[in-house]
Formats: sequence, structure tokens, C-alpha cells
Amino acid sequence: MGATISIAITVNGEARQVAAGASLSDLLAQIGLDIRKVAVERNLEIVPRSSYATTALVEGDQLEIVHFIGGG
Amino acid sequence: MDATVAGDDSWSVAGLSFRSRLIVGTGRYKGLEETGAAIAASGAEIVTVAVRRVNLGDPGAPMLQDYVDPKRYTYLPNTAGCFTAQDAVRTLRLAREAGGWNLVKLEVLGPPPFLYPDMRETFVALEALLKDGFRVMVYSSDDPIACKRLEEMGAVAVMPLGAPIGSGLGIQNPVMIRAIIEQAKVPVLVDAGVGTASDAAQAMELGCEAVLMNSAIAHAQRPVLMAQAMKAAVEAGRLAYLAGRMPRQYAADPSSPLNKGVLGRN
Repeated sequence: MGATISIAITVNGEARQVAAGASLSDLLAQIGLDIRKVAVERNLEIVPRSSYATTALVEGDQLEIVHFIGGG
Repeated sequence: MDATVAGDDSWSVAGLSFRSRLIVGTGRYKGLEETGAAIAASGAEIVTVAVRRVNLGDPGAPMLQDYVDPKRYTYLPNTAGCFTAQDAVRTLRLAREAGGWNLVKLEVLGPPPFLYPDMRETFVALEALLKDGFRVMVYSSDDPIACKRLEEMGAVAVMPLGAPIGSGLGIQNPVMIRAIIEQAKVPVLVDAGVGTASDAAQAMELGCEAVLMNSAIAHAQRPVLMAQAMKAAVEAGRLAYLAGRMPRQYAADPSSPLNKGVLGRN
């Protein structure tokens, strides 16, 4: 006992472990991203920025975190 | 004074009004600093941007917004690199969430080496985007039928290519570009193919509302200087279009009187 239970998710194609019960906000903070500059898709659905704190991550979630880059 | 000479010659797309008729891409520069400097020199008010995965290994890396201020420029998210309608729609939904606006550029490409617009996929994507509330500027083949159909579906601008993306070949199809402009009720922009300033001027002389380019500036030996050149070329081409060029003819028509000879001999 005592060890935090973690769940496996995929972020931008990479396997990642997060604490069970973690929210999307927690994950973004853990990665160190400025949420004003990114957008997130969870299992092919857009997650509105206003819902990051209330979006609980679950085992097997597929997340895409994107931002703007230079392009034509 | 003529309104145009006074500098009041704005154009509008999707209800937004702009003074600059040059739209520039933000890709292919040596770095973000050069990107920012070239875009400032171009005088552009709209910049195209792409959407990609964040590099999780370097989350603190400088981002485009740090050098190209979204408050100063209207970001036009594009779907560069999308080869299917589904990918394009998904990309623009993410872009809307990242930036919070509806004006976007749709491009769905066919395979290399020409990356020519895939119009079947483009039509499918446009329909989905319009249903989803987007205002869509559409990269198109230089096909008047396709461009008309895009307009009828609800595209806010049609953007036929002058030549393949990044080719710098200049406008290979002036007759078709003109045909597309003559029939259009929405702005027509040449998008792709411009190589140097005279190409941009030509697009404007043909009657385009604006020109969109990226590589012609970013891949010039001196991008910031070329950005200035493009700004001047677009302005010159626009003025020449408004002025109306003289008719072409196949014989000389001297500017000085010839009838009396140089010194007025009998």
C-alpha cells in the first residue's frame, strides 16, 4: 500500500503513466505546457480548454496535444 | 484625390477587412526570429500557420506565437500536409480550439511530386467544415468549374495555384486564373507558385484580391529583403490593375509626333 496507482495512456503516440484520477490539467502541468497555446484531442474528440480541469483521464486514453507551428 | 491614391483600398473576406493584399506563410524560415522579421517587413496582416503535435521532450521550446503575435496578425490555420478530408477537418477543429476562431484555410493535397490539390477530398472536407461553422478559404486547382463549385458550396475565398507548392515557377496559368476571377463573386487569391516579385505583381494585375506565398520569401537568399519586395510588388500590381493597362498592339505607336520630322522641315 501507499504507492500511487497509475494508469497507462498514450500522449502524441508515446506511452505514458499518470496517477489514477489525474485530470487533463494535471497532465498538462506535469508536461510543462502553457495551456493557452495548445489544443487537446482525447480519443478523437476535442476537449474544450474550459474542461481540462474536470476531464479525468482513464486507462487507455489516446491524447493528441498540438500547437501552431510555422506553415504555408 | 482618387480614393485608391489616398491609400483606401481595403479588401474583405468573411466580413473581415484588410489593407494588405499579401498573405504570408510562416514556415520554412531558418528560425523563429527570421520568421518574425520577414513577416513584419512584408506588411502582411494575415499569416498562415500549421498545426502539429507538441514536442513533449521540449515543452518549453519557443513557440510561433512568441515571435508572430496573434494579437497583431490574423492567424489563418491551414491544413498543409493533409492528404484526406478527414485529416483536414480534424486538424482545423484542433486549430479552432488552439486559437479560437473560425476563419481557416483548407488544402487537401494529392501525392508528391506535385502535391496538386485533391479536389474530391477538398469538396468533402469543405462540406463538413461549413456544417461545423467554419469560414473557409480554399486552396484549389486552377479549374474554373471546381472554383465555381467551391464558391457555390459556401467557400469565403477561392485560391487557385499559380504553380505547384514551393516550386517558385511563377504563374503558369494566367488565362485560367483570369477566367476564375471573372466569374467569381468571392475573393480569388493566387496561392502557391509565386517565385519572385514580378510573379506577385502579375497575380495582382490579373485581378486577384490578394496573393498568398511562403517559400518565395522564406527561401530567398535574404528573406527580409524579399518580403519588402513582395510588399511593393503586390501594391504595384494592384495599382496597375486599378489603373487599367494600355492595350497591346503589334506595331509601334510613337510617343512623340513624327509627321513634321525632327526640326520641322517641309
